[in-house]
Amino acid sequence: MTPDPCYADESAAIRRTIPLFDGHRAARGYALNAMCFSFNDAANRAAFRADEDAYCARFALTEQQRKAVADRDVLAMLEAGGNVYYLAKLAGILGLGVQDLGALQTGMSLDAFKAMLTAWAEKIPNGKHA
Amino acid sequence: MAQIIGGYFTSHVPGIGGAIVRGDQDTPYWKPFFDGFPPIREWLAEAKPDVAVVFSNDHGLNFFLDKMPTFAVGAAATYDNADEGWGLPVYKSFTGHPALSWHLIDALVRDEFDITTCQQMLVDHAVSIPFELAWPGAESWPIKLIPIAINTVQYPLPSPKRCLALGRAVNRALQSWGGTERILVCGTGGLSHQLDGPRAGFMNPEYDMFCLDNLAADPEALTGHSAEQVAELAGTQGVEILNWIAARGALGDLPLTQISRNYHIPISNTAAASLLLEAA
Ligand SMILES: [Fe+2]
Repeated sequence: MTPDPCYADESAAIRRTIPLFDGHRAARGYALNAMCFSFNDAANRAAFRADEDAYCARFALTEQQRKAVADRDVLAMLEAGGNVYYLAKLAGILGLGVQDLGALQTGMSLDAFKAMLTAWAEKIPNGKHA
Repeated sequence: MAQIIGGYFTSHVPGIGGAIVRGDQDTPYWKPFFDGFPPIREWLAEAKPDVAVVFSNDHGLNFFLDKMPTFAVGAAATYDNADEGWGLPVYKSFTGHPALSWHLIDALVRDEFDITTCQQMLVDHAVSIPFELAWPGAESWPIKLIPIAINTVQYPLPSPKRCLALGRAVNRALQSWGGTERILVCGTGGLSHQLDGPRAGFMNPEYDMFCLDNLAADPEALTGHSAEQVAELAGTQGVEILNWIAARGALGDLPLTQISRNYHIPISNTAAASLLLEAA
């Protein structure tokens, strides 16, 4: 698809490099995100736990998405079009909090990731906590 | 005549709700964040608003990717929270103000903001946690709610400039309302944080300070960036600052007095802030 010239320049570059969840990713990730959205319902969370394969099949996950979920590979889920606002609901089922997710995605230990979060406080200009 | 009495801004990450449930407010980890709220609660108890116009973003409770409105205005008589999927208790329901909602909707569309209207809308932790922080332990919420949801999930997001303009249109609409309500404006979310990808854990205290320093006196300063540039500066979830920018716009041109301001790193994966601006 040719990028729209209206946002072809800097915005498009930022969308690619961060990357940001735009139409391309939203289209690619639709099935995976739809499954994760269904986890707002406790019965659906239980159904996933009871038979993960069958539940993923019901939402017609792509092969790439199914493998990413089976591998519990968060970066691969994102690459397959997953959006973190929806993936967080799957993470909940897997017993992973946002700091576990951060550690998994950065390759850091949980303690190292938490220390990194705390260390940002040193960058507060002039100690302006208020 | 209806009166806009001030603006209340706060971070809203789900972890805050967990801390409230566990009673962790006074622990060393959480206290520096919760310390921002006593002055806000005291001011609210004095100022007694009747209705809150709350700018926030949905996190996959009410809206899915099948239909994703850029701006959505609630017009319901009640708003419920619901199971968000990660084990927090379901929050209390809210009473709406349909007459004022429809007035807002009419005025906004006449003002050429082509918003989505919602007679049914679940509200998530982005609305509930700011209320829990403002009125802890309340049996029912003491004020009515008009929720305005801004898409911060799927790009293209509205620009900071457009969000400020939407807020200003909300301000004009509130000015033309014939009721006698005392109106509180709220902006929730942020500040800098990123949950996803190799840059997970990113924060930007310098950009956060820029926002906190300029929001009241010079909100235009925050509109020089595209939404993408904000994501680069503030992190992928830091774009929730759009809710603050819109809420600032809804305060209009009245002189604003800063009643309280608090900034702390980290809570959960987030640089967290609260801010209260009184409209004179
Ligand atoms: Fe959020």
